[in-house]
Amino acid sequence: MRYILIIFSLILITFSAVIGQVDPVVTDSLAPVPAPPAPVTEVAVSDKANDHGHALIIEWKRSLDDGAGSNAVMLYEIFRSEFPDSAFKMVGSVPLGNERFEDIGTIEKESRDYIPDNTNLYYRVDAVTIDPVVRTSSEVYGPVQSYSNWFHKGRVPVLTAVLIFGALMVYFVSVARKGTELYVRPLAGIAAVDDAIGRATEMGRPILYILGLGTADMISTIASFTILSRVAKQVAEYQTELIVPCYDPIVMTVAQEVVKSSYLDAGHPDNYKEDSVFYITTNQFAYVAAVNGIMLRDLPATNVYMGKFYAESLILAETGAVAGSIQIAGTDEVGQLPFFIVACDYTLIGEELYAASAYLGREPIMLGSLKAQDYAKAAVIVLMILGLLAINVHLNAFIEIFKVVD
Amino acid sequence: MKRNVPLAITFIVGAVLIFSVFIPPMENWGEDFTLFFDIIAVFAFFLGGGNLLRVHLTKLSRRKQDWPYSIVTIMGFLLMLAAGLFRIGNPGDINASLTEQGSLFQTIYDSVFVPLGSTMYALLAFFVASASYRAFRAKNREATILLVAAFIILLGRTPLGTIVTGWVPESFSILQIPNLAIWIMNSPNLAGQRAIMIGIGLGVVSMSLRLILGIERTYLGGDDK
Repeated sequence: MRYILIIFSLILITFSAVIGQVDPVVTDSLAPVPAPPAPVTEVAVSDKANDHGHALIIEWKRSLDDGAGSNAVMLYEIFRSEFPDSAFKMVGSVPLGNERFEDIGTIEKESRDYIPDNTNLYYRVDAVTIDPVVRTSSEVYGPVQSYSNWFHKGRVPVLTAVLIFGALMVYFVSVARKGTELYVRPLAGIAAVDDAIGRATEMGRPILYILGLGTADMISTIASFTILSRVAKQVAEYQTELIVPCYDPIVMTVAQEVVKSSYLDAGHPDNYKEDSVFYITTNQFAYVAAVNGIMLRDLPATNVYMGKFYAESLILAETGAVAGSIQIAGTDEVGQLPFFIVACDYTLIGEELYAASAYLGREPIMLGSLKAQDYAKAAVIVLMILGLLAINVHLNAFIEIFKVVD
Repeated sequence: MKRNVPLAITFIVGAVLIFSVFIPPMENWGEDFTLFFDIIAVFAFFLGGGNLLRVHLTKLSRRKQDWPYSIVTIMGFLLMLAAGLFRIGNPGDINASLTEQGSLFQTIYDSVFVPLGSTMYALLAFFVASASYRAFRAKNREATILLVAAFIILLGRTPLGTIVTGWVPESFSILQIPNLAIWIMNSPNLAGQRAIMIGIGLGVVSMSLRLILGIERTYLGGDDK
């Protein structure tokens, strides 16, 4: 009986505790108020380098209570004012463990985030505990000013590379202008364009030209326009049908102008059909459905894919392969290249897309720019080997020359 | 004149954008030019819609091949346009959001457009299989290497890879298929990708300089004559 009573008592106590009827021993009102944390030290503020102004960098040494103890610092709040002792406004915060904050403002005076240039500013950093009231402010740092830099020193290596590359281009273009024969390695994909157009003419079937999903401001789309121009000219000469379904209305407008001019240049302006370059939709898979429909209904002899492609690349190329078309593709989207290589007969890989128009035209000036590109590639290979050696022999000074800071 | 004005615009805008990379106070200029493009793009949608209607109405009126598809296109275009413009079935008033739940526009989008898009995307699975079959036929040395690499990565990404080579001692862990797959992806594959990326970078610079300097003009239409 005694045991039953003990067990019953234990169950009763446990149950009471669970439903919260047991009073806590210590109440909140008796809890000790935590002491303020140790302040951050060595606050330093400097102008952010290589920018257009309106930005400063605040650095400090962490509080001794950073993430430790009963008054652990949970975050640091950064305050800014134009006066040393008043009107401080919080401009941001960082979690514990951090010792740096970039106060990046805007150039617009009406904006809340506006930071005036060439004006004395004062900063302080508060170490804040889990209770936002319990905090310690650092000493005020200032005055400090933000200002604009007229040159981005961190991008000197990029500027040097562009200048050298530009000089190479100017040199080879001038050499080409003088009539010197320049050899550039042949590209199978480009050579195939002529054969593919000839095949379409013999079969009496159209040529389908896809400009991709890029917009008119993308360099790959511009490269595609230049190839389209050459293809359209040949198509006009052979009097074959050309179909150019477009994903973007601006691309369509430019493509119409390019094709029309090519027909004019070929001496067959009357053969240009306005409906040959048309808009479909600006939705990826709806566009794919429409183009696949064209492939399977019209059975084009040749499909040319040049430009920016994403997930639709394989769907388009595989449908073209099923339709029995000769396929030539070119894109600078590295992720889509394997799909084109597998499903197409010829693929222009990366930079070959940009080189294609020069190869097609065989104009000396264009070939001169390609020659410069080849020399630049050789220089990159040499520098990569030198960099590999330098890093292995800890020749850091050499590596630092090429470091780009944003 | 037809050539010179676009060439001058290309040169000025291109030069400004290059300078803006190296001169911080000009940084915002690039963003402003992008805004100009966005404004033009809005008006271009009228061109797109107009072209779509014109092409399909012509096809319909001349009873060209496959003209019934044009009826579907035109009906779909006009229905969505009306549903969006007049907020048909929209629980709110004419100023309510176009995409409000219950509106005809959103209902058609959710019930017709999204499933059709997903269907097209799903086709990718089958096309990946057919493309893989074609690529992995060991016809020559390159295709054989591709097949072996693909086989290792396929195994390495499944539990089977761990089961098959789990017994390999830790000192030879590189020979475990999952580790081998990681090595293929991180070393030969990444090296190849970076080589292509460097080539693309140089190609972009070369193409941009050709455009800015007016050497490349074919995008303006036809040959330079």
